Amino acid sequence: MWDNIKEFASEFFVTGDPLIYGADVAIGLSIVAIVFVMTYFKKWTWLWREWLTTVDHKRIGIMYVIASLLMLFRGGVDALLMRTQLAMPELEFLSPEHYNGIFTTHGVIMILFMAMPLMFGLFNLVVPLQIGARDVAFPFLNSLSFWLFFWGAMLFNVSFVIGGSPDTGWLAYPPLSGIQFSPGVGQDFYIWGIQISGIGSLMTGINFIVTILKMRAPGMKLMKMPMFSWSVLSSSLTIILAFPILTITLALLFIDRYLGAHFFTLDGGGNPMMYINLIWMWGHPEVYIVILPAFGIFSEIVATFSKKRLFGYKSMVFALMAISVTSFFTWAHHFFTMGSGANVNVFFAISTMIIAIPTGVKVFNWLFTMFRGKITIKTPMLWTIGFIPCFVVGGMTGVMLSVAPADFQFHNSYFLIAHFHQVLIGGVAFGYFAALSYWWPKVFGFKLNERLGKWAFWMWGIGFYVCFMPQYVLGLMGMTRRVNTYSWDSGWWELNLVSTIGGFLMGIGFLFQVWQILHSIKHMERDTTGDPWDGRTLEWTIPSPAPAYNFAVIPHVNERDSFWEEKQRRERGLVPDPQPELEPIHMPKNSGIPFIKSFCWFVVGFGFVFDWLWMSIPGVIGIIACMLAHSFNYKTDYYIPVEEIKRTEAAARGSI
Amino acid sequence: MASARKHSSASAVEAHHGHGEHHDLESMRVMGFWLFLITDCIMFGSLFATYAVLSGSFAGGPTAAELFEMPGVIAETFILLTSSFTSGLAVLSMHRGNVKGLIGWLAVTVLLGASFITLEITEFVHLVHEGASISTSAHWSAFFTLVGAHGLHVTIGLVWMIAIMLQLRKHGINSVTRRKVTITSLYWHFLDVVWIFVFTIVYLLEVM
Repeated sequence: MWDNIKEFASEFFVTGDPLIYGADVAIGLSIVAIVFVMTYFKKWTWLWREWLTTVDHKRIGIMYVIASLLMLFRGGVDALLMRTQLAMPELEFLSPEHYNGIFTTHGVIMILFMAMPLMFGLFNLVVPLQIGARDVAFPFLNSLSFWLFFWGAMLFNVSFVIGGSPDTGWLAYPPLSGIQFSPGVGQDFYIWGIQISGIGSLMTGINFIVTILKMRAPGMKLMKMPMFSWSVLSSSLTIILAFPILTITLALLFIDRYLGAHFFTLDGGGNPMMYINLIWMWGHPEVYIVILPAFGIFSEIVATFSKKRLFGYKSMVFALMAISVTSFFTWAHHFFTMGSGANVNVFFAISTMIIAIPTGVKVFNWLFTMFRGKITIKTPMLWTIGFIPCFVVGGMTGVMLSVAPADFQFHNSYFLIAHFHQVLIGGVAFGYFAALSYWWPKVFGFKLNERLGKWAFWMWGIGFYVCFMPQYVLGLMGMTRRVNTYSWDSGWWELNLVSTIGGFLMGIGFLFQVWQILHSIKHMERDTTGDPWDGRTLEWTIPSPAPAYNFAVIPHVNERDSFWEEKQRRERGLVPDPQPELEPIHMPKNSGIPFIKSFCWFVVGFGFVFDWLWMSIPGVIGIIACMLAHSFNYKTDYYIPVEEIKRTEAAARGSI
Repeated sequence: MASARKHSSASAVEAHHGHGEHHDLESMRVMGFWLFLITDCIMFGSLFATYAVLSGSFAGGPTAAELFEMPGVIAETFILLTSSFTSGLAVLSMHRGNVKGLIGWLAVTVLLGASFITLEITEFVHLVHEGASISTSAHWSAFFTLVGAHGLHVTIGLVWMIAIMLQLRKHGINSVTRRKVTITSLYWHFLDVVWIFVFTIVYLLEVM
């Protein structure tokens, strides 16, 4: 009996690496600390009532942001471990297997569990406020999306201490990821972690399309909608067209592994190239899914901090839509070297280059918005300005990669690594950081410290160039991606060392961001006006933080940048229309079902990872029970009475 | 402005009785469901694409033309098409405000759907018996996954319709149940359309 337990534990828990033991201890201590603090301050019911069961889009947004920052930490630690291993030739800091696990989890976490949830967090925090809505279209579904992401991410993340990480690259190409070459549980963690959170992403896409198309304030025609909401719409449309393909791809890989099917195997008539086509039909649009909202963010920030209307609004809308359509015609540029033939390569080379056109249009629009504007350099604007050169260089190297013959040289080299980090850090990460500092006061009611924010920006900005510029050169010198070490006579070590130093500078940048947040919580710089940046759009008309119902009275919109125009009118002495009477507000009730149902999904996934049907089957039953419980529940909403709205508004506005 | 104010006050009066705002909400839910159908379309599209690529890969095992027994498949097709028609009759009864007719036609639809599933399972058992299982070759992997995914959808639809029948008995026809019936019938027609593609691409093209 005891031997059985020992044998089981030695397979179940990952052992044999001091880094893992360190992580185990840290995780254990954190859990104990959290449980102790929550119990000591009697906060469990508060946590359940106010957060775990909430359907308020603002709170869901906050939870997305917190989770994604934690994931940024984990993905960042992965990155630094890799850079440490590569700092000098022939280091033995990480074993090759461990290195494979780390680059795989780094990629997956940064794209799917950091960038995506941070983006969804911003959707939730901003879109309803910006379009003058009281909520998203489907609040219950919104909560479900979040918890599916959360439990999917948890499932993926436990893999490095339980069972073992996936180690076949962030897109898990078969046959390597098939059962023959990856018999361990890591690959199943990958499949179920992504699958569960992917369902959540799909539902978020649907939710925000309906929200934006159906819930805009009266008078807000589509062409009067703020640019960030436009970018969310284009990104959501891309999500609902791309994510189903991911769902199917992962399902097929799972069926291959679990039921011995032959979709992607080398025997039985399977075709591994099928997987690569399918995964990139999702994967390429996916990079546009995460970058499009960043374009919207920059558009908002540039206009606000230049005190000018966004230049070329219509061309911006057109560019967003053009990108989301074209993104579906570029997937094969990820495997120019796999022998698809010249004609196929030419088609995908040209369609890839075409994307540079709308993107270039946007860059010029931002520059022309700044031209002759009254520019103030606050942190959000700093990230925006830092982004532009970064993205231009990244775009150029992207066009270089899209030249099919040249790609035979660049393919799978550090040149490629440098390119996509340039667009993803310089575009997506900088964009979302800009958004966090820009909308932070609206969400939390206080501003972030400017000085520390600027330090964070410069650390990230400088670290970024120090880290990735050498990698372009290394790529041209022949260093391929996914190598875990190299020899002294390769001539790569100086540049690698520089690159590692850059990586750590970005790590320091992250520490500054954490410090900035903690410092700003302690020395609160309250936003009493609701409009700290002299903003242009509806979200700045309501108090900070926004009340649960967002708008006491739904605003009526007559023009683009409606708040700005109203402020202009007030300056000219025109009195705004009197506010109509307050009325009771219809709100959705909190629900514990999304949390429980998503946890059931986690149980199902965990069961399948370890091949434990005794665990998966009750999980499936739990999911069905939750669905029926929700379907049979007709008491899902309530009204906020007028007196309560009056009280809330008076308290929020009282400090003006 | 005046009209907007009038509209919002009207909905607030109605709101206490739960009509005005519910109506908006219900129409948004129907729209959300249409978007879901788009995503489901793409899922089936991916499965069909996979099937198209792998359909010739028998890897020396049994071929589809050898094993398919068309009478059963044609019966399945007619049963499913009929069930789509009866689900349409259910919606017509709902529009006439006839709860009994609505529940009755839904029951007929469920029975037809259940016989479809029974026939499909019989066919699967027969195929496995003849030596064509999901792990036999890429063709059969793609076949069982595609047809099975459709079957799973139908099964979910059955559970869903039964749940709605129970709710109809309790609540009668109101804006919420009306939306639920509308959505299930959309779903059911959608599955019918998918089956027509399955029938054509998977079965007819293989045996012709």
